[in-house]
Amino acid sequence: MFNYYAAIALRSLRQTKGLTALMILVIGLGIGASMTMITVFHAMSGDPLPGRSATLYVPVIDARPLATSKNDASLPGGNLTWPDAQALLRAARADRQAAMTGGSVPVRSTHAGESPFYETGHYVTSDFFGMFGAPFRAGAGWSAEDDQQRARVVVLNSGLKRKLFGDASGIGRIVRLKNTDFRVIGVVDDWHPQPTFYAQLDNRAFGRSDEFFLPLQTAMDLGLDFNGRFSCWGDGGDGRSSDHCSWLQFWVQLDSPAKARAYRDFLADYWRQQQAHGRFPRPVDPGLYDLMSWLANQHVIPDDLRLQLSLSLGFLAVCMLNVVGLLLARFLRRAGEISVRRALGARRRDIFLQLGVEASVIGLTGGVLGLLLACAGLWSVRQRPDGYAQLAHLDMSMLLGTFVLAVIASVLAGLLPAWRACHITPALQLKTQ
Amino acid sequence: MRRSPMLASLTRHKLTVMLLVLQVAFTCAIVCNVASMIGHRTAQMHEASGVAEDELVTLESISVDEHDDPLVRHNSDLAALRQIPGVISAVAVDALPLNSNNWSNGIATRPAGNPALTATAFNGTPGERQTLGLRLIAGRDFLPDEYMPIDSAHDWSGINHVAATIVTRALAEQLFPGQDPLGKLIYPGDGPVRIVGVVDHLLRPTLDESAGNEYSTLLPLLPDTGNVTYVLRTDPNERERVLKQATDVLTRLDNNRVLRHAQTFEQLRADYFSRDRSMIGLLLAAAGALLLVTAAGIAGLASFWVQQRKQAIGIRRAVGATRDNILHYFQLENFLIVSGGVVLGVVLAFVLNLELMQRYTMQRLPWIYLPMGAIALWLLGQLAVLGPALRAAAVPPVVATRGG
Repeated sequence: MFNYYAAIALRSLRQTKGLTALMILVIGLGIGASMTMITVFHAMSGDPLPGRSATLYVPVIDARPLATSKNDASLPGGNLTWPDAQALLRAARADRQAAMTGGSVPVRSTHAGESPFYETGHYVTSDFFGMFGAPFRAGAGWSAEDDQQRARVVVLNSGLKRKLFGDASGIGRIVRLKNTDFRVIGVVDDWHPQPTFYAQLDNRAFGRSDEFFLPLQTAMDLGLDFNGRFSCWGDGGDGRSSDHCSWLQFWVQLDSPAKARAYRDFLADYWRQQQAHGRFPRPVDPGLYDLMSWLANQHVIPDDLRLQLSLSLGFLAVCMLNVVGLLLARFLRRAGEISVRRALGARRRDIFLQLGVEASVIGLTGGVLGLLLACAGLWSVRQRPDGYAQLAHLDMSMLLGTFVLAVIASVLAGLLPAWRACHITPALQLKTQ
Repeated sequence: MRRSPMLASLTRHKLTVMLLVLQVAFTCAIVCNVASMIGHRTAQMHEASGVAEDELVTLESISVDEHDDPLVRHNSDLAALRQIPGVISAVAVDALPLNSNNWSNGIATRPAGNPALTATAFNGTPGERQTLGLRLIAGRDFLPDEYMPIDSAHDWSGINHVAATIVTRALAEQLFPGQDPLGKLIYPGDGPVRIVGVVDHLLRPTLDESAGNEYSTLLPLLPDTGNVTYVLRTDPNERERVLKQATDVLTRLDNNRVLRHAQTFEQLRADYFSRDRSMIGLLLAAAGALLLVTAAGIAGLASFWVQQRKQAIGIRRAVGATRDNILHYFQLENFLIVSGGVVLGVVLAFVLNLELMQRYTMQRLPWIYLPMGAIALWLLGQLAVLGPALRAAAVPPVVATRGG
């Protein structure tokens, strides 16, 4: 019976080639556009550190003065001042903790006569590597003592290592950053978590790469330039070490929910204790975000992209309305044919099945077209200059998702008209013939 | 009287008509909002920076050696850059409109008062205003003895000691509405700074959705870090050559530096807005696709209806209706349906706009986009229905006697 319905469906589709093509094209466009955006979104909302992210937290201490105007009441960015970061490091109440900031320095080439080049990296404290599980290809990170002694050591990412030393291991070699010599003690293996969650989250969070890591204390000591927001309030200078300039990112590792609760209490205690010293005028509100909620809190996915997703879903909705309308008109126009079949003994569900098959053929074909369009769409996304662009690939789950979306959309689009059509009263139609 | 049979006929296809009305409404709501986004971004992209955009080239120099005095270095660099044929003038600055290098300060109008707003400090060597081509609309330029170093070694403390500033008209109007800003004191740092001049426009290094994109102050502070941006003014046709030569000159003076962002100001602007450009392209494509799909839907449904009503059309023709009558009938019917969609769409557009304003930093939908959207959809509907309607008008009366 099914084959028969399929045959009827195909014959009827062939009879109205133009409209069939139109419906397939409309479904294809709707699904192609929405799948492109859903895939980009899916890729961007992925976990940058699978397996570890649940134990990593950002403590937020809002040290700013009371809001003076309405637009001042924005969310705290999560940056800490130098004294607060030092206090949290010294307290060492988490399983691991690290303070960090991004920085750019001129790297002097080891080849004579070549101009220096600029490279972006991170100034971090010793727990950084263990906490984030940075994979070492050679060597290792530094110790807490190195931090204290402002050791001039550096860990390179593979890209910069290759650029400087080629295939040699690089360990123990000297790199001149700005005008200071650093000894290479470790090389990490092309480590570029996406997004660069530990950095200040802005519109460069995707695609930005750190090519070196060196001790934060050392960088502070040498006065190396750092990147990112540096916000100060009140009087008395804008020093990096002052207690009214926030600029450092801070991460802690807490291996169990109980430890997270305890750490939250610790933060609240610290807050109150500082308030007793006249700091932190805002009410006590120790934020402690795990990695994934931090990414959501800081809107790591750009607004433009979220807007594009909404737009593509709106487009899909209009496309589907369109197809429902066309299918409805098409089925109702065949009222005569349906009535004859009903009069000859076809049950309602037979009619429903027949029209459902017809709608599904259109939907599936549209889905295939949509898939092709989504591939083209993702290709065009990859041509964009934005950092996230390279993440836009179609994976297996997304491939299946496309088909499911296509089938659901087309069946939904076909059901209403089919249901409406199978309720045609045969007698009435036959009389008018 | 002529309308009632048409309405009656529409009520016989209730579901189909409703779907079409909904589709037009959704399209109208989305297209109105998309058009407003495109308009807003386009306006932002074309906001005047205040500088002589087509005559400027810039390049950033980052010195690696720190033994030498940056102030001396900048002067010798500038002296060499001014020797390049075709260079009208050259200055060293720490920030430019749209270069993302933003140093903002809270500006109070009383000593130790609460800052009323934040404004960008633009600092540079003497001649910055002329080189950038900023138009002075009141007051005077800086005097030679007003210049002092930023003193970046001591947390940029120059801002606490500088005595004079030139502000933008927008900043002056915001700080001192309705008053003459010349001679007034502001407090970007610890000490008072006197406003000695007002420039017409100067866009900040980064833009946002607030009204403060032109809250800028020019200060007679000399950049004194190893990282500085040189700006050269030249004839628009000479820019590429001058830029090339400037790179050569700076490299020859000191090879131990990083030169980057060697570009014309036009490239700088294009880079800053590259995301917006691709977003505008995408929005245009989305709006176009929506309108096309809707037009296709209208045309498709109309041609179904024409086929369905062939007999009725034949009868009407047989009893004396002209071709024009039939044509106008379908056009009027389409107009009614689209009008229904537009009315609903206008309401939806507002709802969607409110939702977008809550979720994203979106501006309120200017009302002008609503009638424009409505007109666009009416035209689109008429265009889409024209083909099927003409076919309907071509139905000969004899069809009536033939039977369906």
